[in-house]
Amino acid sequence: MRHGKYRFIIGFLAVPLALYGVLVISPFVQDFQISMTNWSGLTPEKHWVGLANYRKIIHDDLFWKALWHNVLLLLIVPVVTLALGLFFAFMLNVGGRRKGSASVAGVRGAGFYKIIYFFPQVLSVTVIAILWQQIYNPDPEDGLLNSLLGHIGLTSLQQSWLGDPSIALACIMAVMIWANVGFYVVLFSAGMSSIPGEIYEASLLDGATRLTTFFRITLPLLRDTVATGWVYMGIIAMDAFAYVQLMSVNNGGPNETTDVVPLLLYKTAFRDNSQYGLAAAMGVAMLIVTLVFAVLTLRLSRRERIEF
Amino acid sequence: MTAETFEPTGPASEKTGARPKANARWGWKRSEGLVLNAFSHVFLVVWALMVGVPLLWALWSSFKTSGDILSHPWSLPTHLHFENWSHAWSKANMGRYFINTVIVVGFSTVGTMLLGSMAAYVLARFEFPLNRLIYFLFVGGMAFPVVMVLVPLFFVTKNLGILNTLPGLILVYIAYSLPFTVFFMTSFFKTLPTSVAEAALVDGASHTRTFFQIMVPMAKPGIISIGIFNVLGQWNQYLLPLVLNQGDTSKWVLTQGLADLAVQQGYQGDWGGLFAGLSIAMMPVLAVYVVFQRQVQAGLTAGALK
Repeated sequence: MRHGKYRFIIGFLAVPLALYGVLVISPFVQDFQISMTNWSGLTPEKHWVGLANYRKIIHDDLFWKALWHNVLLLLIVPVVTLALGLFFAFMLNVGGRRKGSASVAGVRGAGFYKIIYFFPQVLSVTVIAILWQQIYNPDPEDGLLNSLLGHIGLTSLQQSWLGDPSIALACIMAVMIWANVGFYVVLFSAGMSSIPGEIYEASLLDGATRLTTFFRITLPLLRDTVATGWVYMGIIAMDAFAYVQLMSVNNGGPNETTDVVPLLLYKTAFRDNSQYGLAAAMGVAMLIVTLVFAVLTLRLSRRERIEF
Repeated sequence: MTAETFEPTGPASEKTGARPKANARWGWKRSEGLVLNAFSHVFLVVWALMVGVPLLWALWSSFKTSGDILSHPWSLPTHLHFENWSHAWSKANMGRYFINTVIVVGFSTVGTMLLGSMAAYVLARFEFPLNRLIYFLFVGGMAFPVVMVLVPLFFVTKNLGILNTLPGLILVYIAYSLPFTVFFMTSFFKTLPTSVAEAALVDGASHTRTFFQIMVPMAKPGIISIGIFNVLGQWNQYLLPLVLNQGDTSKWVLTQGLADLAVQQGYQGDWGGLFAGLSIAMMPVLAVYVVFQRQVQAGLTAGALK
C-alpha cells in the first residue's frame, strides 16, 4: 500500500496539472514576455522593446479613460448591488408580520421571490445584454422603456439611453446591478436564516426597532459574507467586457464614454492592427489593478470573526 | 454554539421589564410591523416585476411579427408566430449552435469534474513534497483576470492546432474551470471521514479503486454543486469562444450565434427572429433552474458561503 502511493499521486495529478500548466500558467507567464515586445500581427518576429508598451499606455488618454470607467464600475456597481441585496434579503427574512411567539418572520412567498430574483443569475450575460439593448431601444415608440414612459405620461423622461454619452455608462451599470442582485438576495438570505431567532427576540424585547436590529445584529453577523460578495462583484465590475461589447453603441461608444480596459485590450489585439505587445501590457495593467483591489478588500474586511 | 444559550434572555427580560412600558412598546412595535410589512411587499413586488417582465417580454415578443414588436412593444401577440422560432432554429443556425454548446459543455463539465476531483483528492488526502505549491498554483488561477491571458492563449491554442475547434474549446474550458473546482473539492474531501477509505485500503483495494468506488460516491453532494456551477458557467461563456472559436461559423456556440443575430437583425429587421433566438438560449436554463432551483441556488452560492 505504501509503495503505490507516489505512483498514484503522479497518475492522478499528471493530466490536470499538464492541462493547467499549458493552457493557464504558460499563457500567464508569456503575457509578461509579450508585453515587452513590439509584436504586431504584421511582423512575424517580435523585437524586445522593454517597457515601451507600458510607456505608451501611460500616455494614452483612451487607456486612462477606459480604466476610469472600470474604477467607476468598481466603486458603484458592488455598493448598489450589495445594498439592494441586503435590503431585499432583510425584507424577505425579517419584514414579515409576526405570528404568535415568533419574534421575526419572513414575508409570505419569500421562497417565490427568491426564485424569481435569481433568474438573471442563470442566464448568460449575452442574453441579458442583448435583451436590455432592446429594452433601451431609443425610439419613443419601439423601445420597451421609452414606450412605458410614454404610456404613463412621462414623455419628458424618454431618452436615447445607450446613445446618450452622459448616461450610457450608467445604463450599463443598471443592467449589471439588475443581473446580480438576485444572487446576493439568496446568499444573504442563507446567511440571515442561520442567525438564531433568539438574538432578534432578545433585542426586540429590549426595545430595539427592526432598523436597529438590522444594523446592530444582521449586518455585523454577515460581515464575512458581505466581504466575499464584495470581491465577487469587484471581479465582475473589473471585467464588464460582454456587457459593454454587446450593448454599447460602436463598441465602447458613444465617444468612448463606455469603453473598459478588457474591451480596449480585445480591440487592440484582435481588431485594430493586431498590436499584441500593447494588448499584453494592458493585460498586465489589469492584473495590477485587480491585485490592488484584492489586497485593499482583504485589508478592510479583516476583523475578528463572530461565532454563533 | 447551540440555540439554547440564548433561551433565558427572552422570558427573563419579560419578567424583569417594567410592565406598562413594555406593553406600550409592544403596541407600537405591532404597528411598526404592519407598516414594514406593507412597505416590504411593495418593494418586493416591484423588483419581482422588474426581473420578470423583461424575460416574459422576450418570450411573448418571440411570437409576434417584427412590425408588431416595433410598433406595439407592450401588446400581447395577436397570433402565435411560431415561424420566428423555426426561422431562428434553422435559418439563423441557432439549432446548430445549440447542439455545439451542448457538446462542448457536456464534455468540458465531465472533464472538469473528473480531473478537478482527482487533483483535489490527491491534494486533500496525501502528504508529499510540493503539495502546497501545486495547491496554490491551482487556486491562484482564481485571482487573475482571464482577459489578461487572451493574447498568449490565442497563440498557445494556435500552435497546438486546437484554435477554432470544439475539442480545443473543451480543453480550455476545463483548464479555466480547474481553479475553483480544485479549491472547492479539496476542502470538500477534507471534510469526509478517513475511516472508510482506510478500511478499503486495508482490505486490499488500490488507491485508484478506493477513489472511484468509495470517495466519489461519498463526495456526490459536492460534485453535484460544483458540477452545476460549471455547467452554468461554461454554458454562458462568451469571451473565450469569441477569441478562440472565431473561425468557421458551423462551430460556433450559442452565445456567439446570439451576438451575431443581434448584429444581423439590425440589417435585416428580423426582430421576431432575434427574440426567438433569445428565448431559445433562455428557456432551457430557466426550465432546468425552476425544476432544480434548490440545487442550483446552493451550487452557485456554495463557494461564497465558505
